[in-house]
Amino acid sequence: MRCHRLLAIMRKETLQIRRDLPSLLITVAMPLLLMLAFGYGVRFDVQHIPVYVYDREGSQQSQDFLKHFQASEYFSVIKAVDSYPALIDALDAGACRLAIVIPTDFSERLNTGGSVGIQALVDATDNNTANISLSYSESIVQAYNQRLRLDWVQRHGQDVMPPPLRIDTRTWFNENLESTANIVPGVVAIIMAVIGSFLTSLTIAREWERGTMEQLVSTPVTPIELMVGKLVPYFAIGLIDTMLCAGLAIWWFEVPFRGQWGVFVLSCTLFLLVVLALGYAVSVVAKSQLAASQAALIATFLPAFLLSGFLYPIDQMPSVIRIITHVIPARYFMSVIRDVFLKGSPLVYLLDDLLALAVFATLLTLLATRAFHKTLA
Amino acid sequence: MTDLDTTTIVGHDLVKRFGTFVAVDHINLEARAGEVVGFLGPNGAGKSTTIRMLCGLLRPTSGQALVAGYDVAREAEQVRRHIGYMSQKFSLYNDLRVIENIRFFGSMYDVPAAMLKEREAWVLEMAGLVGRESTVTGTLPSGWKQRLALGCAVLHRPPILFLDEPTSGVDPISRRQFWELIHSMAADGVTVLVTTHYMDEAEYCNRLILIFHGRIVASGSPSELKQQTMTGELLLIECDPLGRALDALQHVPDIRDLAVFGNALHVVVQHAQTAIPHLRGVLSGQGVTVSRIEPIHPSLEDVFVSLTAQLSAHRT
Repeated sequence: MRCHRLLAIMRKETLQIRRDLPSLLITVAMPLLLMLAFGYGVRFDVQHIPVYVYDREGSQQSQDFLKHFQASEYFSVIKAVDSYPALIDALDAGACRLAIVIPTDFSERLNTGGSVGIQALVDATDNNTANISLSYSESIVQAYNQRLRLDWVQRHGQDVMPPPLRIDTRTWFNENLESTANIVPGVVAIIMAVIGSFLTSLTIAREWERGTMEQLVSTPVTPIELMVGKLVPYFAIGLIDTMLCAGLAIWWFEVPFRGQWGVFVLSCTLFLLVVLALGYAVSVVAKSQLAASQAALIATFLPAFLLSGFLYPIDQMPSVIRIITHVIPARYFMSVIRDVFLKGSPLVYLLDDLLALAVFATLLTLLATRAFHKTLA
Repeated sequence: MTDLDTTTIVGHDLVKRFGTFVAVDHINLEARAGEVVGFLGPNGAGKSTTIRMLCGLLRPTSGQALVAGYDVAREAEQVRRHIGYMSQKFSLYNDLRVIENIRFFGSMYDVPAAMLKEREAWVLEMAGLVGRESTVTGTLPSGWKQRLALGCAVLHRPPILFLDEPTSGVDPISRRQFWELIHSMAADGVTVLVTTHYMDEAEYCNRLILIFHGRIVASGSPSELKQQTMTGELLLIECDPLGRALDALQHVPDIRDLAVFGNALHVVVQHAQTAIPHLRGVLSGQGVTVSRIEPIHPSLEDVFVSLTAQLSAHRT
């Protein structure tokens, strides 16, 4: 490897990047836009589930009970109707996900010490939301029961026996159980994968398309010089993009960052090398900019989105899929970036994942240099 | 520089197949230091493919070639250090400035830093680009672009230079300047292998190789080629209407070859003196007015047309 040739290629790439201002703007603007789109678009928190109520009794007590649904941030009672058909219509039309029916003898039964069934009709097309609304409903009912029991006991002049068992929970790392804290660092990883591979996927293909590669391969330049010289400027852009995204995550989405910056930059460097080398390898093979950029997008976006543990936890996946995830580089980085952000993990806990990324980076760069031939056709 | 008359390029039985298509079919060639060898042939004849094999950019399917003493298939990297190559399509960076292209290729060719300044100045001078160092290359007129490309290809003073249609799309004055550059380099002992389909340019070459359907069909100096291939004498006929004349002469048995050149006909016959009155008679019999009919010296274009016509007839 000749130093002056390497420097000349780096200088040339940098000049070309700088001259192509629209593309340069896109490489900065696209990650930020994606960050906002994903950061706001992907949420797992279920809140404000639309609820219709049909209060067949209409007593003060039944209204008091329904206020508990109104007060919960998980539900918003949007309408009270006065017939079953209206309720069924609302479920059919998707106007509500949950319908609550209070029976005609609600207060009467309560006051005579009987038990009352509250009907809850749930739209379970989205089973996840359905599950969550059921369990939230149950906890509202339980809290209401607790209060009734307390009233009853006090009215009868007895001491209140505290519940024998209770669970004291402390949630760690994401104290408020906000999905943003889990998702946003993952979004940073996905954007790095997509942008990083996209940047380099064009670089070799462009030279073939414009015909400049024919002159370049007729010189004594070596495949390694060409690769390193081309990767370095794009690595710089990738790192700037990463830091912009991380900045948005911390200061805009208010995700806690508890890790060490040194560990973060090291991990990002390794992952960027993987995706840049992947894009470069694709570019070497594809020889056309369109084919290369699409192949790079498919090769990074889908696995990073579906198989990295971003959407679904890997240990919940079927075993075959779980095995496949081991060849997805984003899998390793996904857990690293979440741990660095939320847990503030020190380097020692991340070594396995970082080693895996280093192996991928090495393999892909070797593959790319082997695949590059200084011949035409 | 290499001694004159040293053989610098040897191609032996070179074959290149793309699938079932034979682009280059057992070509043998040689070139010496200081020689300007022209590669002539219609589009698709295999000129570029041959040049690319000699540059180590395409692996020959079979056969062997030595360039500067190195095998193009096994020692392609050594070959690249000793050649300059200008491809058919302009292949410098259009988005770089003139000086940036020169410096970039200077580094690619390992021109020592101490020498690069002098070479930069030389290229700028040679390409007439002094004062235009910071012009963006893509905005240059094509003649200047081609001279810059030539300059960049010879930054490292290669003893062998491959030029693939270096003057296509270039105006006549720039073409002339370009050939002067080629000759001055050849005078310094550089071997130049150049493809062209401008026949007037072929006259500038020391030696010509005519290639047709991947085979060499004739070679020699321009004057040798004219003598060898043109058996018989060439007549120029200016007449009107041309189309009717062409039809009338199609079936005259004495005529060996017949072609339209501009607004006149070139006709090859055995003996000019006996043929002239005969043809005059045939033409006026068909109502064609003959304004001029006389023997002329064949141009390379005549040689080329007559050869390809013979070969096409032979193949079908």
